[in-house]
Amino acid sequence: MVAETEQPRSTWHRPTTFYDHRVKWGIYVALAAFLAWSLWGILAGVGLSRFTEGLGYGVTLLQTMYPPRTEAGDLVRLGDRLLESVAMAMVATAIGVTISIPVAFGAAQNLVSRPIYLLSRAIISISRAIDGLIVAIIAVMAFGFGPLAGIIAISFKTVGFFSKLLSEDVEDINMGSIESVESTGASRFQTLVYGVVPQIVPRFVGLTVYRWDINIRASAIIGIVGAGGIGQLLMTAYSRYEFDYVASILLGIILVVLLAEYVSAVVRRRVQ
Amino acid sequence: MSVESVTWERHDRRSRLLRFAFALGGLIVVLASWQYLELDLRDFGGATAAFADLATRMFPPHLEYAPEIVAPLIETIHIAAVGTMAAFALSIPVAYLSAENLTPNRLTYALGKVIVTVSRSVHTIIWALVFVIMFGPGALAGTIAIAVRSVGFLGKLLGEELEEIDAGQQEAISSTGANRFKTLLYGVFPQIKPAVVGLTIYRWDINVRGATILGFVGAGGIGVHLYTAVDSFAWRTVAIIVLAILFVVILSEGVSAYARTKAQ
Repeated sequence: MVAETEQPRSTWHRPTTFYDHRVKWGIYVALAAFLAWSLWGILAGVGLSRFTEGLGYGVTLLQTMYPPRTEAGDLVRLGDRLLESVAMAMVATAIGVTISIPVAFGAAQNLVSRPIYLLSRAIISISRAIDGLIVAIIAVMAFGFGPLAGIIAISFKTVGFFSKLLSEDVEDINMGSIESVESTGASRFQTLVYGVVPQIVPRFVGLTVYRWDINIRASAIIGIVGAGGIGQLLMTAYSRYEFDYVASILLGIILVVLLAEYVSAVVRRRVQ
Repeated sequence: MSVESVTWERHDRRSRLLRFAFALGGLIVVLASWQYLELDLRDFGGATAAFADLATRMFPPHLEYAPEIVAPLIETIHIAAVGTMAAFALSIPVAYLSAENLTPNRLTYALGKVIVTVSRSVHTIIWALVFVIMFGPGALAGTIAIAVRSVGFLGKLLGEELEEIDAGQQEAISSTGANRFKTLLYGVFPQIKPAVVGLTIYRWDINVRGATILGFVGAGGIGVHLYTAVDSFAWRTVAIIVLAILFVVILSEGVSAYARTKAQ
């Protein structure tokens, strides 16, 4: 006779990305507690009436915005300031990209020594961590109101973004072509020009256009803190409660931003 | 008879001319912009000196002020968390509408695309200006601004994920007799779950950065203090606030990067 042994029943559990199920639930609970704390922090003391009233004000706001202002004088001012924003983005892209080139090579692990690498990486993370408006507000206090402060702020932001992405491309280059240029007896500079540069030019152009597109967006709002461009006009109209003019300005900004995005997409498709 | 020697060239004449024209055009536009803005190289020379001057004024950072900025920093983190949460909830239907393969009809597809475009083409700070009028100054307006801006981002990217799902799994679930909602829940959602988690965390990290500036227009967070400090030329206070912002942003970036590698 065969004794029937009771097999312990085991059910299949879906494996988890966390170490085990206890860790998983621990993280879920912690996350839920954090979110609840945040919700309480934002919503404590906010009654439902504030929402409903707010929506009411929203309707009133839309009514005062419509129809957008279209008087010739106002539109000329609007166009003028939009042009200023676009010009700021152009100059800031040129300056930012120029500064980015040495930083990008410095941040490529395969080409430089350790200290230079760390220094370049530090520049990149600081530039990326601080929002453009924070740089702008400080630049405005240092250089006064106007496009110069805006250009400095946008160039500063460009360096972090551009160097980071370009350095990744520099790190990915084919070392074989560098070696083959070197083996012809080329100097270090010649190796750079004929071995490294041709490999990154297409990406370089694509990234420049991409960043230009982002800079157009940035230059449209940076005037909110007084750093030149259309944002300054927006802030003036806003603080005077001229919401019909605000509407025209916003439409102008959206138009330019969408146009820039389109141009950037077309150029990038052609280059890559 | 002479042998014609041919030199190898990478580009033919036409593409070389095009490249040259492109570069020249870019250069002209930049120079024209420079002229239009009436810039002077000397201004930039002065910039280095001004920054050096600023740096000496900022040193040493006003450490005694540190306890005062803890509460607004926590508020900044709250704004980012709640804003992301709200955006996450709102973006799922928006993604559904803007995914070509799932959206019920042409009209809903257009609606989804409009929501995504409008949300994305207006900067957070401009949304904040609008919501400050509607809901009054404070963290609530900032949170809503963050949420509204993030809906477009998440809706767009999740919609693109949805367009790339495997239709076979969807079919398999619906062939068991599942209704439309259950098909979405068991046939579609599991396919985009890693993307949902990853993108939400990524957006949260962007939102922490975005929440630091909302205070410039009165929408709560650390930006209010920064604005006041800059406005009164209290540079040592500015230094400690900027350092605190750097700390929080780099920390959240680290958390986000780690969590995203886990989620994939």
